[in-house]
Amino acid sequence: MQRVAIIRFPGSNCDEDALRAAARAGTDAYYVWHRDTDLKGADVVVIPGGFSYGDYLRAGAIARFSPALSAVQRHAAEGGPVLGICNGFQILCEAHLLPGALMRNAGLSFVSKPVDVTVENTRTAFTAGYAPGTRLRLPVAHGDGRFVADPETLARLEGEGLVVLRYARAEDANPNGSMHDIAGISNPEGNVVGIMPHPERAAEPALGSEDGAPFFTAMAVPAPTGTAATSTAGTP
Amino acid sequence: MTFRVHVRVMPRAGLLDPQGQAVEHALGSLGFAGTQQVRIGRAIELELDAATADDAAGRARQMCDRLLANPVTEDYELEVEAR
Repeated sequence: MQRVAIIRFPGSNCDEDALRAAARAGTDAYYVWHRDTDLKGADVVVIPGGFSYGDYLRAGAIARFSPALSAVQRHAAEGGPVLGICNGFQILCEAHLLPGALMRNAGLSFVSKPVDVTVENTRTAFTAGYAPGTRLRLPVAHGDGRFVADPETLARLEGEGLVVLRYARAEDANPNGSMHDIAGISNPEGNVVGIMPHPERAAEPALGSEDGAPFFTAMAVPAPTGTAATSTAGTP
Repeated sequence: MTFRVHVRVMPRAGLLDPQGQAVEHALGSLGFAGTQQVRIGRAIELELDAATADDAAGRARQMCDRLLANPVTEDYELEVEAR
């Protein structure tokens, strides 16, 4: 059974939802405290949402230096799958595991509502269960979700197909002013994914939607050798 | 010696600064006509022991590059004064 580590910080939320969604998908899911240096044999790491360290300085800026994140960096460097949700996405950007940054929402308001997104990249460790272009309705709940990157980085993300989720353009669904309507991205290897929407809040019928469940069922499947986990094309 | 370091972190020019915009509108509502280009950043002060002002500035720059500013979205300036 795949072991899924859910990293907990002071101020994490939806950590229990993520654990439940991962367990429900058939994984052995457990918590790892941010002070731990050992991921306890994790096959997959989830960094959940919340307000780690009170979002002091910048969202994710301090969590990035926690002992558990050093272990997550090594896990990611070895090709291990890492999913950052909301605050987890912010932490992955601050840790430079993903490019860009997440800034204050353009409308300044904290936005908490379901939004429509499309799945654009299905070649990641977490989105292989979706057909390209699938439309999902997932909850967002954030104050700092505006994805920002320099023009070269945006061109690379688009050119290499690394945009994982995009706010639906037809519905004008972008809730925060993200550049290119980006709601989630991956690294080129596809093992590190960060998304602002919360799939764990839409992962079973009792929650009103199962649109997010495939993120978690993907965790139950051991990574086949030669794909995402072992990387491609000469990246160190 | 102990030095006092003043760090000024500002959102990079060209990036949307919604806080600055909101405050600009509020200043307009208060009757401060002609107010423009309001931008909001962050001031950080700290004290630090170092041999020289250059050493202090060098270490403060490392702090900014690693933690105090986000190189993707922010620029910073710093001043060092002997305490």
